[in-house]
Amino acid sequence: MIKFLLMVNKQGQTRLSKYYEHIDLAKRTSLEVDVIKGCLSRKKEECSFVEYKDYKLVYRQYASLFIMVGVSENENELAVYELVQNFVEVLDKYFSRVFNQIMFNLDKVHIILDEMILNGHIVETNKSRILAPLIALDKMAES
Amino acid sequence: MPAVSKGDGMRGLAVFISDIRNCKSKEAEIKRINKELANIRSKFKGDKALDGYSKKKYVCKLLFIFLLGHDIDFGHMEAVNLLSSNKYTEKQIGYLFISVLVNSNSELIRLINNAIKNDLASRNPTFMCLALHCIANVGSREMAEAFAGEIPRILVAGDTMDSVKQSAALCLLRLYKTSPDLVLMGEWTSRVVHLLNDQHMGVVTAAISLITCLSQKNPDEFKTCVSLAVSRLSRIVSSASTDLQDYTYYFVPAPWLSCKLLRLLQCYPPPEDGAVKGRLVECLETILNKAQEPPKSKKVQHSNAKNAILFEAISLIIHYDSEPNLLVRACNQLGQFLQHRETNLRYLALESMCTLASSEFSHEAVKTHIETVINALKTERDVSVRQRAADLLYAMCDRSNAKQIVAEMLSYLETADYSIREEMVLKVAILAEKYAVDYSWYVDTILNLIRIAGDYVSEEVWYRVIQIVINRDDVQGYAAKTVFEALQAPACHENMVKVGGYILGEFGNLIAGDPRSSPLVQFNLLHSKFHLCSVPTRALLLSTYIKFINLFPETKATIQEVLRCDSQIRNSDVELQQRAVEYLKLSSVASTDVLATVLEEMPPFPERESSILAKLKKKKGPGAVSTDLDEGKREGGGDLNGGGERAPDTSVIAASNASTPSPSADLLSLRAAPSIGSAPPSTGSLLVDVFSEVGPAVPTSRVNDDGFLRFVCKNNGVLFENQLLQIGIKSEYRQNLGEMYLFYGNKTSVQFVNFTTTISCLGDLHAMPQLNVQAKPVDPIVEGGAQLQQVLNIECLSDFSDAPLLNIRFRYGGAQQNLTLKLPVTINKFFQPTEMGSQDFFQRWKQLSLPQQEAQKIFKANHSMDSEVLKAKLLGLGMALLENVDPNPENFVCAGVVQTKAQQMGCLLRLEPNAQAQMYRLTLRSSKDTVSKRLCELLAEQF
Repeated sequence: MIKFLLMVNKQGQTRLSKYYEHIDLAKRTSLEVDVIKGCLSRKKEECSFVEYKDYKLVYRQYASLFIMVGVSENENELAVYELVQNFVEVLDKYFSRVFNQIMFNLDKVHIILDEMILNGHIVETNKSRILAPLIALDKMAES
Repeated sequence: MPAVSKGDGMRGLAVFISDIRNCKSKEAEIKRINKELANIRSKFKGDKALDGYSKKKYVCKLLFIFLLGHDIDFGHMEAVNLLSSNKYTEKQIGYLFISVLVNSNSELIRLINNAIKNDLASRNPTFMCLALHCIANVGSREMAEAFAGEIPRILVAGDTMDSVKQSAALCLLRLYKTSPDLVLMGEWTSRVVHLLNDQHMGVVTAAISLITCLSQKNPDEFKTCVSLAVSRLSRIVSSASTDLQDYTYYFVPAPWLSCKLLRLLQCYPPPEDGAVKGRLVECLETILNKAQEPPKSKKVQHSNAKNAILFEAISLIIHYDSEPNLLVRACNQLGQFLQHRETNLRYLALESMCTLASSEFSHEAVKTHIETVINALKTERDVSVRQRAADLLYAMCDRSNAKQIVAEMLSYLETADYSIREEMVLKVAILAEKYAVDYSWYVDTILNLIRIAGDYVSEEVWYRVIQIVINRDDVQGYAAKTVFEALQAPACHENMVKVGGYILGEFGNLIAGDPRSSPLVQFNLLHSKFHLCSVPTRALLLSTYIKFINLFPETKATIQEVLRCDSQIRNSDVELQQRAVEYLKLSSVASTDVLATVLEEMPPFPERESSILAKLKKKKGPGAVSTDLDEGKREGGGDLNGGGERAPDTSVIAASNASTPSPSADLLSLRAAPSIGSAPPSTGSLLVDVFSEVGPAVPTSRVNDDGFLRFVCKNNGVLFENQLLQIGIKSEYRQNLGEMYLFYGNKTSVQFVNFTTTISCLGDLHAMPQLNVQAKPVDPIVEGGAQLQQVLNIECLSDFSDAPLLNIRFRYGGAQQNLTLKLPVTINKFFQPTEMGSQDFFQRWKQLSLPQQEAQKIFKANHSMDSEVLKAKLLGLGMALLENVDPNPENFVCAGVVQTKAQQMGCLLRLEPNAQAQMYRLTLRSSKDTVSKRLCELLAEQF
């Protein structure tokens, strides 16, 4: 299962974190520091999967944004790798300029994530269905 | 697509976020945040009631501050208030805040539960989804209690919207994980399994996670999911990609769902039904075929998605390990990936091939790739890929290629990354030992290891080489010669000095004939290293010296002089000083004969599992070492108490010894050291043998029997609870057999590691034997918040009075926890109730009139004397409660038969309450005196 997901900028600051198992706030900070350091220091030609403690990390870079996912030992790396791509494509579809908008709309990113991953498991992969509640929300807000 | 909706634009929030982003330093950010927190606090505390919009705005700010990594200690109440709003946006922010910030112990749960209940009943699908997401995210016990009954209904109801079903499935999964006892699937099982057939792919995607988890816990109840999963998979795999519209990802039909289906199938053995199996094999072949087809898109997303399915299919093929054809095809496919330009694929292929190597069908096929893998070890630029290559070499190693692989690993070690050296060293040491045909090669390899990576050679490794040299006299001369040569190097590693010192002390005489390695030369060589070594090594060398005095009397004077000098006999280290003094005295007092006896060559070590292997296992977890290396472990599982894989009592011994100060590198204690210092419970077959004669050792910690008496009249409940751990029990007894489920709940958020449980039957329970308790082994890790289940099978052989003990050990944080509890297995559990009339009863009562057949106690009431309470307790006892038998209606009489394997014992009970005096008189009669006595003791504490 998926244990956590981080969105991090190139400077190594966490922009969004979502945990699917309980980790104390204090430990989150140190975990994030380790994970971010571990992934950011890797070179382009190195593989996108890293072992870290009991987790496997799957990470992907989009321009100045890194998305890092911690998964359990038995999770399918490539499936998670493409899940990240799918997530980014959903964000892309919703926000016109992804990276600037994320900071201002963390709540919406959370809604999107909740539609895709619940409890560390994939619930929905269909882009229009993922966005349906959010679009309903926007319509309601406009009216 | 709306860029960013301006409709609900919370301007204040946008300004605040901009401010934060513009902060130049961490300090400035904190300052800005503190200002905002103060502002919000004053708004919440103010006299003016806030409207929904403002509440939402401030809660949203708090949420944002939290997401930036700052702790938030207020605002929860305002968030809860938002839940009851009718505005979706407000409700949604409220739920988001609670999902992210409220932990499961919060006092607010009751209020939150109320709001959730309303939303679930609202029949508004968006509200229902929000509520379900919230349960799935928080998932507390209270929530499980409130909603575990309702959610399965929502999940399978015909009129539930698809999106709600999806949320309900994952929500239920969460509740099942936190409180399995509250989620009763029984009646829902079949309908949940049939969600695999749901028209909607999203519903299947969500439901399959739930079904996978439930199948892992109750494989039998859910096994119908196999055929449904196969047919679903087959439909996806064979469909043209356009059939699945929105679930097609870069021309690959439903990749994530396919992976999940393949994963679910890995919970089960290959399907027994021929048709289902045929269909599945066809699917797997199709997936393998597709890998060879030209890609439908040049996009990397396309091939990644396709390969995700391929790797999952290969995992399934390996899991089945029964289709040679598929295994070899899988291996060939992975072989192609080994040379792929994508690093990710090379990494995954190496990883996957590692498991293929352990299958007898594909081992040979894997071996054909040895050159590619060695090349990867040498040329890959990424350390994690090299690590996988090393793992694969280790897995594919056998007698035919051991020399080549060990040589490659050794040469890689010279440049290997520090992070993986220790593991590499262990692996080389294991392979060298396992595949050694001539032991001189083995000795060379280990000494090379010490030379190349001495710092990473752990004690286990050098202990082991010494054990082997001592046990094989054909290699001793060679070993002595080789270490002597190795010690000539001007700078040699301290581990080399240890091995050298030990081996020359034992077998130096075998090379002493050569003038180049005469006794004095040997001594001077060793002593030249002495001052550079640490205390334990020096202590070992002192022992070598005294052994030299015995082996080579001509060195006596030189050595005595060394021992006599101040830096030895007045050494500030107590251990060194003591050795110097004692050895000096020994050498001058003892006669040659005595000396020869005391300092005799070490006897051979008993054969045991390599302690190195144990160490590697500990390092990597159980699955990491290929199975054929595990033979020792299988033999080691003693049948003392039927402890299954782990020999129960050695863990007690090993661990209690482990707490004594670690043995310094001492010739005499070395003998015991490898087995004690490094033994996980499964290794010590020797200790099992020794102790099986005398019966199990008593666990060291205090026995906790607080919970024990509470279970005399009941079978289920919480046996033990502290801040870390809760242990629940569910048990069922039939005739002389019982099944007990133990639930170990980790109450913390941190995992317990090295979690082991040991059931021991002491005294007569074991000696007679009276009771046979079989325990299934448990996982060594209990995740934070998770619960582990263990099943015990209990057989009552004859009547008994003692209770088995449950010993639990684990590490929490850095601290070892050790707990021993009395297991509530009492003789009354094996009662079969016997109904009888008044006449019968008194007739039997009279028959059991020998004084020793009766046990009686008069005691003060400790609990309520209400007759309904008493009845319930007596029924829980397991005997039949006989109405209208005793002439005094206040009294209770019961009858039952204790069922043991050896015999059955009738038993009658009479309880006479005296409400005025708050006293009872309890009388028990049984055909066996010990039974009456024991029951009387147990029951006297119950009323």
